[in-house]
Amino acid sequence: MTSVTTVSGRGLPLPGNDIDTDRIIPARFLRCVTFDGLGEQVFADDRTQLKGEHAFDQPPYQDAELLVVNRNFGCGSSREHAPQAITRWGIKALIGESFAEIFFGNCVAMGVPCVTVSADVAATLQAQIAAQPQQPLTLDLNNLTVTMGELSAPVAIDNGPRQMFVGGTWDACGQLVSQATAIQATAANLPYVNWQRRSA
Amino acid sequence: MSTGTLFDKVWDLHTVGTLSSGQTQLFIGLHLIHEVTSPQAFAMLRERQLQVMFPERTLATVDHIVPTDSQARPFVDRLAEEMIEALETNCREHNITFYNIGSGSQGIVHVIAPEQGLTQPGMTIACGDSHTSTHGAFGAIAFGIGTSQVRDVLASQTLALAKLKVRRIEINGSLPPGVYAKDVTLHVIRQLGVKGGVGYAYEYAGTTIEAMSMEERMTVCNMSIEGGARCGYVNPDAVTYDYLRGREFAPGETQWDAAVAWWENLRSDADADYDDVVVFEAADIPPTVTWGITPGQGIGVNEQIPTLESLPAGDRAIAEEAYRYMELQPGTPIQGTKIDVCFIGSCTNGRLSDLREAAKVVQGQKVAADVTAFVVPGSEQVKVAAESEGLDTIFEAAGFEWREAGCSMCLAMNPDKLQGNQISASSSNRNFKGRQGSSSGRTLLMSPAMVATAAIAGRVEDVRHHLPG
Repeated sequence: MTSVTTVSGRGLPLPGNDIDTDRIIPARFLRCVTFDGLGEQVFADDRTQLKGEHAFDQPPYQDAELLVVNRNFGCGSSREHAPQAITRWGIKALIGESFAEIFFGNCVAMGVPCVTVSADVAATLQAQIAAQPQQPLTLDLNNLTVTMGELSAPVAIDNGPRQMFVGGTWDACGQLVSQATAIQATAANLPYVNWQRRSA
Repeated sequence: MSTGTLFDKVWDLHTVGTLSSGQTQLFIGLHLIHEVTSPQAFAMLRERQLQVMFPERTLATVDHIVPTDSQARPFVDRLAEEMIEALETNCREHNITFYNIGSGSQGIVHVIAPEQGLTQPGMTIACGDSHTSTHGAFGAIAFGIGTSQVRDVLASQTLALAKLKVRRIEINGSLPPGVYAKDVTLHVIRQLGVKGGVGYAYEYAGTTIEAMSMEERMTVCNMSIEGGARCGYVNPDAVTYDYLRGREFAPGETQWDAAVAWWENLRSDADADYDDVVVFEAADIPPTVTWGITPGQGIGVNEQIPTLESLPAGDRAIAEEAYRYMELQPGTPIQGTKIDVCFIGSCTNGRLSDLREAAKVVQGQKVAADVTAFVVPGSEQVKVAAESEGLDTIFEAAGFEWREAGCSMCLAMNPDKLQGNQISASSSNRNFKGRQGSSSGRTLLMSPAMVATAAIAGRVEDVRHHLPG
């Protein structure tokens, strides 16, 4: 499987705390049986309201690959449609002050790193990208740094997910399935697995 | 790191092993699936030529997209029809029990699993829905997951997870009249913030929680995720066991005593260590209403919308966004805010006791002339039970619409939506921008009895002035 150690590309600043997954992808776009086409709908209502002023509509950011956000990004609904919409738009990694837990877990399972930085670093990165949108950023999961021009700042991510990206095991499915014997043994030791239901 | 809590014990019992990343491979005792977050997961299984490892520990229902007026098939919404057909096919192909519309057991996934006795103490439960935290009311460790993780659970009945910290939230004393479980959870989120729970499981404890019914405990655990906590739970006790006994999937009589003994052992030890402890007094909790665009933006019904200066610096930008979006003025009372739509339902507050409390307020009254009000029972069983008590008659006589079971206008994936910038009084769980189906629609979260009060008054009022003497 593919390891994810560095992500380099242009940045996209999206300031704001508590940006929830309903805003990232409104529920009406969840009426689907595949994730195809979600990239076009990302932040649909916010973008309509801002009439072209939304960061995802700004010409300098159209090729961006690193999204820089603030606090509690991706809170609310567990819908994986939200990170799917963001990545299908073109984003490959997220840098922010903090992420909601289910959103973060979804991103890990998709191979998309979400790393945290201090509020100051997030604000500095957002300002620097706005000033120089062509200048690339590099997120380095080996050294846990983000660099942009002269700026180099530390980033954080729990060691488990970091190992999954660096070691290429972020898609856990195969590893989980391969433990079938141990899974059956764990199940067999749980009393409730063997209880007869009332109506049986 | 916590030790001796129910969370620690259940975690250890379900640990299959440690993955190369250092994360735990955790067995999932019950996997609940629905039409929105599962079709892509089944597609991934097909691509990888994997089977469902434990179809008998998987249960499906349809809830998010179902119309609540006419449920005739095919649905008018072609996309909704495609989704239910995909679920029907996937369940058939993988031998998964599916509680379809008209089965008598369909409903919101977090309402039906408890009412069937599927949700039990000591289980791990996962579902592709963030409100899976609801099931923690039984002393289960239950959390929401995304679609790739739904795939993982289908394929292996396990998840790759890092252990959470445990915060004990102790609430003591009697809830005053007019103050409900919904107010408790809105108050906790108001105090601890919408990201206060990130990285934590919440253990709800104290005499207030102990005195609650299972349905009230479910309301509290349901909204853990709105406080950032992926799961919340209550230690099981006699209230839990009384609720479970005799339900369809509960342990039978021959195994009942052994089951209770096992459950009792899982309760947090008296000397358990917690990563954090927070204490609240029930007497300090008012009927609570949200005024903004996050569930943490709540105030007592008699309070004013907070001014910018009164808020911590980090909360000001989102408050300014909320003033603009909600078209509400800081420093003005929330009471008196005119309401267009009243919605009673959802996995937070769509159970029988919720409908009973709302009906007490509604009985003999009339819905205000310019208000649209409707009740969506949480499940087919809730609907039947409510009708057998005559609750439907009380609501309809007052001018409410009485609908079929589903998620409905909690997230408006079905035809039930706000129009334009309508403002709703809603017993649901999220007041995010656009949440109820209109990109400029506005939501005020409150208890079902407060929603009923708003329906009668046509504006936000204090339920305590509307309770029958």
